[in-house]
Amino acid sequence: MIPEIGHFALILALLVALIQGSFPIIGAARGNAVWMGLARPAARAQFLLIAVAFLCLAYAFATMDYSVTYVASNSNSKLPLQYRIAAVWGGHEGSLLLWAMILSIWTVSVSFFSKHLPDAMRARIIGVMGLISIGFLLFMLTVSNPFERLIPAAMDGRDLNPLLQDPGMVFHPPMLYMGYVGFSVAFAFAIAALLGGELDAAWARWSRPWTTMAWVFLTTGIMAGSNWAYYELGWGGWWFWDAVENASFMPWLVGTALIHSLAVTEKRGSFKAWTVLLAICAFSLSLLGTFLVRSGVLTSVHAFATDPRRGLFILAFLVVVIGGSLVLFAWRAPAIGRGGKFDVVSRESFLLANNVLLAVAAISVLFGTLYPLFLDALGLGKISVGPPYFDTVFAPLMAPALFLMGVGPIARWKQSALPELAKRLRWAFGVSVATAIILPLLLGHWTPMIGLGLFLAFWIFGTSANLIYQRLRGPELPLMTRIMSPSRSWWGMVVAHLGIAVFTLGVTVVKGFESEIAVRMQTGDVAHLAGFDFTFEGVQEIEGPNYSSSRGQIRITKNGVERTVLMPEKRVYTVQNMPMTEAGISPSIIHDLYASLGEPLDGGAWSVRIYHKPMVEWIWVGCLMMAFGGLLALSDRRYRMKNRIKATGSGNAAEVSV
Amino acid sequence: MKRIFRLTAVFCFLLAINAWAQEASAGEARPLQENAAVEAQVQRLSEELRCLVCQNQTLADSHAELAEDLRQEIRGMAAKGMSDQAIIDYLVVRYGDFVRYRPPLKPSTLMLWFGPFALLLAGVVGLIVMLRRRAKQAADAPLSVDEANKVSELLNKES
Amino acid sequence: MKRFLLPLVIFLTVVGFLAVGLKLDPREVPSPLVGKPAPMFNLPRLDNPEKTISPKDLLGQVWLFNVWASWCGACREEHPILVALSKSGTVPLYGMDYKDTRQDAQQWLEQGGNPYIASAMDTDGRVGIDYGVYGVPETYVIDKAGVIAYKQIGPVTEEVLRDKILPLVKRLQTQ
Repeated sequence: MIPEIGHFALILALLVALIQGSFPIIGAARGNAVWMGLARPAARAQFLLIAVAFLCLAYAFATMDYSVTYVASNSNSKLPLQYRIAAVWGGHEGSLLLWAMILSIWTVSVSFFSKHLPDAMRARIIGVMGLISIGFLLFMLTVSNPFERLIPAAMDGRDLNPLLQDPGMVFHPPMLYMGYVGFSVAFAFAIAALLGGELDAAWARWSRPWTTMAWVFLTTGIMAGSNWAYYELGWGGWWFWDAVENASFMPWLVGTALIHSLAVTEKRGSFKAWTVLLAICAFSLSLLGTFLVRSGVLTSVHAFATDPRRGLFILAFLVVVIGGSLVLFAWRAPAIGRGGKFDVVSRESFLLANNVLLAVAAISVLFGTLYPLFLDALGLGKISVGPPYFDTVFAPLMAPALFLMGVGPIARWKQSALPELAKRLRWAFGVSVATAIILPLLLGHWTPMIGLGLFLAFWIFGTSANLIYQRLRGPELPLMTRIMSPSRSWWGMVVAHLGIAVFTLGVTVVKGFESEIAVRMQTGDVAHLAGFDFTFEGVQEIEGPNYSSSRGQIRITKNGVERTVLMPEKRVYTVQNMPMTEAGISPSIIHDLYASLGEPLDGGAWSVRIYHKPMVEWIWVGCLMMAFGGLLALSDRRYRMKNRIKATGSGNAAEVSV
Repeated sequence: MKRIFRLTAVFCFLLAINAWAQEASAGEARPLQENAAVEAQVQRLSEELRCLVCQNQTLADSHAELAEDLRQEIRGMAAKGMSDQAIIDYLVVRYGDFVRYRPPLKPSTLMLWFGPFALLLAGVVGLIVMLRRRAKQAADAPLSVDEANKVSELLNKES
Repeated sequence: MKRFLLPLVIFLTVVGFLAVGLKLDPREVPSPLVGKPAPMFNLPRLDNPEKTISPKDLLGQVWLFNVWASWCGACREEHPILVALSKSGTVPLYGMDYKDTRQDAQQWLEQGGNPYIASAMDTDGRVGIDYGVYGVPETYVIDKAGVIAYKQIGPVTEEVLRDKILPLVKRLQTQ
């Protein structure tokens, strides 16, 4: 009964989406207030209906209803409750429902927080989001129904993939989807602007908080995925340039360019065409990612079960949405017009360079991801493009952008002078070059990549320190007052940029200085790595709720003083008979000590891999700093000025002073 | 008789020493593979080669049987002193370029390796050209009389 | 004006490739050995471990080389087709038992029928590596000169047999 209610709710949601996607947009073109007025109620109705469907599916999982095919494929009676709920998005159909759910959350949020927008613009934005929703609902109702019945019902489920039975699973996909799907708001804003012809600083101001929020979610989601891979997969890796990882990274790169571009459009009225194009591209890449994961076109550990019909549907959807928006762009962009003038050396030009560099980086990642497909389609053979390629190509591509990160914030708008900039930056330059050369030599190992990474990280640290110092010094005011004086937006930028420096430092140090050993350990044996002693204290067999595990105990000491005990596990999940390693990790700011059990050997010994990963946690701390910077920027006072804007009257695209 | 005694004593002594020596080294974990240099080469190569039966994993990370077999094969070749390139070529002859995660440089992959940098160059050049062109545009048109009056009005209002 | 069309053009090109990609299998590894001489081996026979079998023995005829194993599920699918093929006598069929035990292999052949004139035992899988085997079953068509003319990845189906293998065999036999 409940699954049928869920199914029916989806059908109703589709009908509402059809209304939401048509009437408001046509109404905006015709100036029909009634039709435009349908936008908000439709958005809210759709939210309720999809929420009902989602809850029905969650209920089916919670009550172990194996008469629903999707539940039977992704759950099991021994699966703990929290993973049964997370299993709702563990497979293809359910993750689509999550997509639709999150899209409706963003849409309904726009419907609530858009009182300051002109009616026509609001109608178009919600309308466009409705059109996207139509695609996903139709997809689910035709070839990916989560509520399909299994007759006769299964006795028990096939269990959720053990890799996904982890707290990270509860957190990572929803965060990621909030990010991906959140870019649909920026996309809708861009389409609305192209349709309505009003593309100005006000439009950029309204669009910014939504874009930044989506970017924060995406940053957090990617970070969560990387961290999860690190502690879950058992070999200490945290990024593989897998097709699906790239599918999340490309929107992030373009989204970052978009945030910067929006800032320029808001403040200076420039880059309008760029900003609109970036907004379209960011969401397009999100949709492309959806295609890549579900069509079977690329191999990936993340790929859902594939079906060519599904691939064809999404491809058609892509052509309609992305193709349509790019046609609209080609048609309307020439009329957008230029903004203010700026010199060859100015903050605008640095930010424009930033746009170009990030776009090139995103295109390169796309290129590398799709290249095997290109060659295969042309009959030119079959190759693999993996981490060695991306690591070699991506770092040099990003280096100029990271360098500019130090220069941009101190350049003046409209007109700046290189000699003056160089003078301000020479201290930071000196410090970074010195650190890049001296530090690795002190640590005993230098390569060009280490040098480059350290230089860039300390360059950003140095220029940020300089920036803060210049901004905060001055009149004899208490420190707190001086800290509160720059806007949160400015602090957000500083924190986010520092986050990138922290990230770069973490990546450079861990890749340059990590070490590992693979040893055979019997109870009582001691291994040595990085100055620590690892004593193997045997393996205990334990039973989990749906798995049996061999849990090892490894005591870490240094100079006889005990530091901690690691408990790596080798689990076998009973239903799918799948082995899984749970690494034993001792994290700290300076380094991680990481151990994973291999195979049991003769004589009661085990093969054990032990890793020393210096500063690896800085990678995720850096990402969190970036996200926090975004949140700071979002909480800036001017976004709370919307009540004042409302007072000046809606319905006109009024220029609001900065 | 004495000789047998002495021999037995020596024998027992040797046994004792042996036992003691083993006791003392029982504490040290032994590396899984004896030859560290060979093993380093195997690890390095395994990280660059693809597991053919997995969903996108390296030979180093895969637990699949074929991956295990191939790692053994590589170990054998490394122990014989074959170079990295020779070992990779051996596998490419049998499995094709698909097995390499670092795509080889050949005519069909020139675009792959040089494309991004060419694009970067094009982007930077295009940027500079565009910026220069913008700067060369006529300076902002002077204000008309009406506009100039409006400006002074607004400025006077401010003060 | 024109440059604003560029993103659309790029997009449509990518879509074209993606559409073609829907028909391709990204996991299939085509063999670089097609057109090259079949790698040499000298393996013990399944029926008589004292005797060995080698591609050298089979020069001068067109033959099929099928890699199979008793633990392989997909091999069950193609087995009846191979048995029928061997009965038709169109082309000699030789097998290679990959990473298997003699006992399991013989039992399996007893149960399902033995389409092979003889099977080689590749217990450690090293000859398999030489042939670029990555997943059983795989089947090779080898010509009179001992050159691999075609490799079938995965089970031999009626369609593959009818459309690809048999026409090729016929052509090679008339050479």
